[in-house]
Amino acid sequence: MSSLADKYLRGHKMPHIWCPGCGNGIITHAVLRAIDQLQWERDDIVIVSGIGCSSRAPGYLDFNTLHTTHGRALAFATGVKHGNPRLKVIVLTGDGDCAAIGGNHLIHACRRNIDITAIVYNNSIYGMTSGQFSPLTPTGSLATTAPYGNIDRAFDLCDLATAAGASFVARSTTYHANHLRDMIVHGLQNEGFSLIEAMTHCPTYFGRRNRIGGPVEMLKMQQEQAIPVQRAASMTQEQLEGKYLIGELHNQQMPEFCALYEQVIQKAGGGNQR
Amino acid sequence: MAEKRLMQGNEACVAGALAAGMDFFAGYPITPSTEIAELAAEYLPQRGGRFIQMEDEIASMGAVIGASLTGRKAMTATSGPGFSLKQENIGYAAITEVPCVIVNVQRAGPSTGIPTAPAQGDVMQARWGTHGDHPSITLSPSSVEETFGLTLRAFNLAEKYRTPVILLLDEIVGHMREAVILPAEGTVEVIDRVKPVCSPAEYRPYDAAMGETAPMPDFGSGYPYHVTGLTHDREGFTTSKPAEVDFIIRRLHSKIEMHLADILQWEEIATEDADILLVAYGATARSAKAALKMARKQGVKVGLFRPLTIWPFPEAALTQVAKGKQVIVPEMNLGQIALEVERIIKAEVSGVNQVDGEPLNPAKILQAIMVGSEVSR
Repeated sequence: MSSLADKYLRGHKMPHIWCPGCGNGIITHAVLRAIDQLQWERDDIVIVSGIGCSSRAPGYLDFNTLHTTHGRALAFATGVKHGNPRLKVIVLTGDGDCAAIGGNHLIHACRRNIDITAIVYNNSIYGMTSGQFSPLTPTGSLATTAPYGNIDRAFDLCDLATAAGASFVARSTTYHANHLRDMIVHGLQNEGFSLIEAMTHCPTYFGRRNRIGGPVEMLKMQQEQAIPVQRAASMTQEQLEGKYLIGELHNQQMPEFCALYEQVIQKAGGGNQR
Repeated sequence: MAEKRLMQGNEACVAGALAAGMDFFAGYPITPSTEIAELAAEYLPQRGGRFIQMEDEIASMGAVIGASLTGRKAMTATSGPGFSLKQENIGYAAITEVPCVIVNVQRAGPSTGIPTAPAQGDVMQARWGTHGDHPSITLSPSSVEETFGLTLRAFNLAEKYRTPVILLLDEIVGHMREAVILPAEGTVEVIDRVKPVCSPAEYRPYDAAMGETAPMPDFGSGYPYHVTGLTHDREGFTTSKPAEVDFIIRRLHSKIEMHLADILQWEEIATEDADILLVAYGATARSAKAALKMARKQGVKVGLFRPLTIWPFPEAALTQVAKGKQVIVPEMNLGQIALEVERIIKAEVSGVNQVDGEPLNPAKILQAIMVGSEVSR
């Protein structure tokens, strides 16, 4: 094991539950590299998750970790952050957990601009329950609950977060692992709500059923489909068909919820208390 | 100095919570509990505490648990529809042993029902609302002053036993105004959760024997640990080993059941010579008390058993008191606690039930007493 693993993983909890070829490890690795780069104190960090494959990550990470109920990670995380604003709160969640059952909490965490960094492991499928379509599954894809092809349209999660008021929004992929780390670093540094959509691959339940191939082919697909936001500026709409943007998509400083609440406490006269 | 004030039940609930050291509240507007959120929003920041209005009932329960994990004394308040929505996270608080207080000001149901009308239809939901085997501590006050005391007690029990505690009000008690004697600040007993004193390396968050509760550190206090709603071992990590699973589920119950003397509270009125025993709780107990006096004036010997702790139910005390008596259970539902009473005393009881959104009045209970006294004659 590398020193990063020795430093941050709960080694006695290995092996993990993820399938061979799963992209979740690449994202989790990027999260740890970002934390390491920022030299944050381990005990100042609280990592919160919901339910699903990606949400099992906190169990392996040696911080204050909170594995909550399905879809509710951001609600619990809001309580943690508001309860003790000194803590650095990171949410690890999946496409189903965040965009379906947790969608309401997502838009309101964005709206409050509370200082939480959410990293969405988007593998386009419900992996834990073996392959049902999520709100981020592309239209036309096959899933166990879409045996004739998915007729639903997918959210653009980054557009959604931007519209809902998040102050930092970025996307990257497991193919662009270093870029992903950099996006997470920026998100962690942002004082406000940050959403990083990490495109990943589920060879077991998405790649195989949709005949994309194994992990290597799925990573190559990310390479082909992901267009850096700077390069996209000089591309036509036709050229961008079937592609998605990666990079920093939105960055606008706005007042943060807990900082605003400190003003409420001052206004109410409770400033000399805890 | 103690202070006499005219207060609403919901207001007394907030006062009791503040006396207990509440410093976090997350809620969502719902009749007839909204005053609790409004007053928490006003008073908490005055003391450096924190309030948040969440996007829904589920989120407010989640935020309360999250805040409690940072060391806050946290509460939420709701009514029937919101209580239903909170159930999954109440179960999460139970299995992860996170102290918190959930207030349910009961209104007429099911579903949206009659938001401004009283009922006691959530008694069984307070016991069995969340899935899986879990214990429940549920308290039910009958007056505004008692609401102050039982809210304070709800926090103390939550902290002591690391468990969610449900405070079951009803629309009558929540919205009624009456005189309350508030104890002087700093004169009430306030219990705080026990924190670990061992080294962080030795700390195991769920390492407790049967009947016991493990110390609980705040997130960020030097004891990083894992919290999960998956069935976990003594270290807090998921397990499906039958012996470990069996142990944690049984310990969860035992930490309540082995401390009944501390947890159970009830009142007995005129039970010694009684032929007929009323068992009543919440606002209905006030009507029962009035009916008792009316019946006594007519020479009928009636007593009242009033549980303040509804869950766990004061079984042994009721068994003792109910011996040889005819039992009547008035309640604003179609017979929920009546079933529990029948189970405990192993005899049939008669119910006086009201589900029309109106309070259950003394005359109706008196009528049942008179019918009962005819039967026993």
